[in-house]
Amino acid sequence: MLKVRDLNAWYGKSHILQGVDFEVGEGEIVSLLGRNGVGRSTTCKAIIGEVEPAGVVEFQGRNLAGMKPYEIAQAGIGYVPENRDIFPGLTTRQNLLLGLKPGQKDGDGAGRWSMQDMFDMFSNLRERADVDAAVLSGGEKQMLTMCRTLMGDPQIIMIDEPTEGLAPKIVQQVGELLERIAERGVSILLVEQKLTIAMKVSSRVYVMGHGRIVFQGAPAELEDNPDIRREWLEV
Amino acid sequence: MSLFIVNILDGLVTGLLLFMLCSGLTLIFSMMGVLNFAHASFYMLGAYFGYQISTYVGFWPGLILAPIIVGVIGAAIERYGLRRVHQYGHVPELIFTFGLALLIEEVVQFFWGKSQMAFEAPAALKFAAFSIAGNAFPAYKVFMIFIAIGVFLVLLYILTKTRIGMIIQAALSYPETVQNLGHNVPLIFMGVFGVGTAMAAIAGVIAGPVLGTFPGMAVLLGSIVFVTIVIGGLGSLWGALLASLLIGWLQTFAAAYNLRMADLLTAIGLTEPADLAQSLLSDLWTLTLPQVGPILPYLLMIIVLALRPQGLFGKRET
Repeated sequence: MLKVRDLNAWYGKSHILQGVDFEVGEGEIVSLLGRNGVGRSTTCKAIIGEVEPAGVVEFQGRNLAGMKPYEIAQAGIGYVPENRDIFPGLTTRQNLLLGLKPGQKDGDGAGRWSMQDMFDMFSNLRERADVDAAVLSGGEKQMLTMCRTLMGDPQIIMIDEPTEGLAPKIVQQVGELLERIAERGVSILLVEQKLTIAMKVSSRVYVMGHGRIVFQGAPAELEDNPDIRREWLEV
Repeated sequence: MSLFIVNILDGLVTGLLLFMLCSGLTLIFSMMGVLNFAHASFYMLGAYFGYQISTYVGFWPGLILAPIIVGVIGAAIERYGLRRVHQYGHVPELIFTFGLALLIEEVVQFFWGKSQMAFEAPAALKFAAFSIAGNAFPAYKVFMIFIAIGVFLVLLYILTKTRIGMIIQAALSYPETVQNLGHNVPLIFMGVFGVGTAMAAIAGVIAGPVLGTFPGMAVLLGSIVFVTIVIGGLGSLWGALLASLLIGWLQTFAAAYNLRMADLLTAIGLTEPADLAQSLLSDLWTLTLPQVGPILPYLLMIIVLALRPQGLFGKRET
């Protein structure tokens, strides 16, 4: 579904991504792991077009590299950035509505998700539907940003550090949401630093180091490979 | 009391006119992060286009067509000028808009010359709407008030009640995130720029017959527009409204009440020098309120900046 080949990206003169290769299959959950600063977030930004990429980003047989972010989003790639950019001054409901793409309508049955689904999954969002979303808690904001992207009915969703700074109970909720997303046939690229959730839900994992992929395999293989974990993951 | 009411109304006209310029400018500022120095030039273009069209087909078609033409020019300048300059940072953007202001002034002088145009209010509105204690209030000013309030209500409705307004509000805070959700943010920004300049042009068409249509009109209003949005808080629509009205009233009242500095100074116990003409302080003693009127907005800006640097309604940038 998503095939990334020889992806390169630069911030000014620094060569951040140095030939990244990976792929995510239909309905698959794949994790991109690594320490801070190895280029995981930049990989997402290069795929969505926020950072100018060199290389191939093939999505459903079409090369998206060089297209504008909104065109890439409209093609079916969803992206949940790690900074949880909730639009201030807009309510929770309005934030969710902004996830709908031009021409899309909520609850018409055309997409996989409706606002009702989001409220059913997270009753907190329903209770706070009509308050300024800026006052939500960290966990609620994380749920809201993920749900907002889902409203646009992406075929694949890239989620950057969804568990960062959240309480264990909320982390568990995030894990459950990931499984529900996959149940509806949406592929997931999960970008994480911590292994807890990633190892549990992923079918395959990639480990990044210095702007490249340094390991790929099943979670169990990473489990059995202490050298890789020590060199590239543990802090 | 009746003079007071007349001044309230006059100040309202000035304030609302100012607001039509400030609202567009403040939206464009929130979007680009840069002040558009050429904003008042679009106001001037509106007045000239309105005048030119009025010579062929009358005032009313001009009121509709001039803002549309200016809005399209504004959108084209954003698309083919500012957007390209944007990638080089804020300073080149500032210089670009500054150059644009000069260019528009030159173009206006090239086509229309330096003298004032005979742009007049439509005949249908040349009567006194009502009079308060012998002071006639022209129907044209009532019309200006209604146009400005109408523009404000439409803008408020679009920004708060429509989907496109929600997208604009969201894009003001996080344009990249909005774009990642599949919305064509560059197109929206071009639209906001076009509508902002069109609003300045509406202000130009309705102000042209009252304040004069001449090449200096942009410079004359330009600095006050900046003062207004700084006082209101950059990027705040409500701040722009409040500050516009405040400045409208401040200027009108200062011009209407002939308070003398001498009275104030005697009131606080000073005695007027016998030989005032020879006194070093003669300028201070002969000062009147209408004389200081024009600098009051700047004074207000300094006070606001000192006490509340983010402006009345502005959110402080971190």
